[in-house]
Amino acid sequence: MAVQPKILKPPPTEVGLLGWLKKNLFSTWYNVLLTIFSVIFIYFVSRAIITWVVRDARWEVVTTNFRVFMIGRYPREQAWRVLVSLGIIVFLAFLTWVSRRSKGNPIPRWLVIGWLLSFPLIGILLRGFSEESSFLPLVSEDIWSGLLLTLVLAIVGIVASFPLGVLLALGRRSKLPAIKVLCTVYIETIRGVPLISVLFMSQLMLPLFLPPEIRLGTVMRALTGITLFSAAYTAENVRGGLAAIPIGQYEAARAVGLNEALVMGLIVLPQALRAVIPTIVGQFISLFKDTTLVIIVGLLDLLGIAKSVTGQKEFIGLHKEVYAFAAVIFFICCFTMSYASRRLEQTLGVGER
Amino acid sequence: MAERRRAVPFWRDERVLKVLTQIGFVVLVLVVGSGMLSNYRKRGLTFSFGFLDEEASFHLAEGIPFSPTDSYARAFLVGVVNTARVASLGIILATLVGLVTGIARLSDNWLVSRIASVYIEIIRNTPLLVQLFFLYFAVIIQLPSLREALVLPGNILLSNRGFVLPWPRPTVSFGLWWPFLVVAVIGATLMLILRRRGVQRTGRPSFNLLWVGVPLIVIPVLGWLLIPRSPLLLDLPEIVTMSGGVLKVEGGTKFSPEYTALLFGLVVYTGAFIAEVVRAGILAVPRGQTEAARAQGFTNGQILRLIIMPQALRVIIPPLISQYLNLTKNSSLAIGIAFLDLYAVSTTMLNQSGRVVEVFLMIMASYLTMSLTISLIMNIVNRRIQIVER
Repeated sequence: MAVQPKILKPPPTEVGLLGWLKKNLFSTWYNVLLTIFSVIFIYFVSRAIITWVVRDARWEVVTTNFRVFMIGRYPREQAWRVLVSLGIIVFLAFLTWVSRRSKGNPIPRWLVIGWLLSFPLIGILLRGFSEESSFLPLVSEDIWSGLLLTLVLAIVGIVASFPLGVLLALGRRSKLPAIKVLCTVYIETIRGVPLISVLFMSQLMLPLFLPPEIRLGTVMRALTGITLFSAAYTAENVRGGLAAIPIGQYEAARAVGLNEALVMGLIVLPQALRAVIPTIVGQFISLFKDTTLVIIVGLLDLLGIAKSVTGQKEFIGLHKEVYAFAAVIFFICCFTMSYASRRLEQTLGVGER
Repeated sequence: MAERRRAVPFWRDERVLKVLTQIGFVVLVLVVGSGMLSNYRKRGLTFSFGFLDEEASFHLAEGIPFSPTDSYARAFLVGVVNTARVASLGIILATLVGLVTGIARLSDNWLVSRIASVYIEIIRNTPLLVQLFFLYFAVIIQLPSLREALVLPGNILLSNRGFVLPWPRPTVSFGLWWPFLVVAVIGATLMLILRRRGVQRTGRPSFNLLWVGVPLIVIPVLGWLLIPRSPLLLDLPEIVTMSGGVLKVEGGTKFSPEYTALLFGLVVYTGAFIAEVVRAGILAVPRGQTEAARAQGFTNGQILRLIIMPQALRVIIPPLISQYLNLTKNSSLAIGIAFLDLYAVSTTMLNQSGRVVEVFLMIMASYLTMSLTISLIMNIVNRRIQIVER
């Protein structure tokens, strides 16, 4: 009869809560010191923040102006159009989420078409037809402001810059020297200067170089600037994706008898674009943040509205509340997007190679 | 064979097509460009840099001395110097912040790594301009006035007119003292060379690296004691009342509120990005390296300094370059908080002179020059590190 060996329990300081504390907070003497400093630091910072948020801050500046923050000078009686647009996007996003839940399923074609159609639809809905129209009176894009303008600038900017960016990337990889040099010079020049200077240039210089018949509003000019700027960055991202495609893919496609254009369009680009989706999302996030710069050329995006709100007579001097609110909105948007892009990266399996 | 090749019609001959495409492309670019130029001319605008010698007739209160009678060229120089001032100090400080935060993010202390990641996430997910506005309008401008200025330990004055640091100022006897400094630096360099020679010959340093510090400290101190009057005096900032009850700070080194906000904002923002770069670089070093080093009896600090960092740097430097470039470009946001950097000065010049295209070419040329300089320096650093590694 074998004696049942007595199984000793692990010492209480190695497992459970105590074990976790010891391992993560008090493993060495300097970790003990660091923990103590951290606790003191967290205590004072969070106490200061909480007392300010709960007691000292005057949040009525935000609650009174909430609509202004969201849609700015968009006419109050037309605000439903913004809500409907938001509804369309949420609905499409919900459908996409449902269809992706069963893993491995590609997004159905009708949904892709739905997304593509939603852009012009929302554009028409927001802008309307003409002044006289009783159903959708014209709301010129020059009076769009607030978070609405921020979103429009970022989304239109990234969508419009995409085709241009792909063309520039292909141009930079081209074997034809004239095309290659011109594309490279464009990309490197734009990437070497700040967005603000490109924006300013599109505001001031674009009208000088366009025929006098063409009059662009400030928002359209800003969009042109953002698109031209963003295209250079898209181009570099796409180029990264193109470089990641093994040479064998080209050779095999050529061997099958496809010509240059078909090799690109059918074999290389689809794979390259799939590989760069996460980077493009990252670029979108930084573009979303960068749209705040339009305030410098006089547009009222979310930050511009925030700045004008701090000038209101009854709320003068409430900079902290207003900018903190703007920062929170930006944080929520950007954090959600970067979380989503990490998930996307996992499902696409791009990161694991 | 030759017969056959000729049989290919020229519109399907790849070589001809290549040339034609390029010509077509260049012609297209030229047509668009000349169309734009003719539109430009139609407006009666000319292109010349002659305005640079004209009198600028505006005030610039930041950076090197400038009076309204100075030329536009001088005004532009003021802007360039201010940008360089912010960018160079910003790069150094942001690197330090990023390095510390990046390492803290990977700390095995749970609280420390949490604090670091909260900082990184908050900063990376809000626009820099929002941070700058918050910092400038909500914090720095709201500081007490000079009359009730906060005095931090070490006699640092903090008020809504910026902050003032004590600063060493050379006295008459400084001329006698600086040769000691030169000798100290030369001595230390010689010792370094000697030590490296020893390492190369025997594989083992003949003395500890700390000994190099000895001449660096001993010789200047000796000089200080030998010279009758102390060569440097610590210039403490002091608030003095001018005639008419106007307060003014004298002494010390002043940082304007705009400069402070911009520098601080850029450092905090870029620091968070550099922290992520550093973290990625450290994580890129295989775990086996740490384990092997620990098995050989290295301490944690030694592992980080001697094993991890030299390898991580290879991965860190390239994205670090682009963060430096971003910082330089982002310094143009100064215009949002009225700091007179290159960009803000240029827009004033542009509004005064109406020379849109010329000023823009100057702006672009300056930023491109700065970008190229930074990339050049960092690429040299990068090459050295790559060589050391193998």
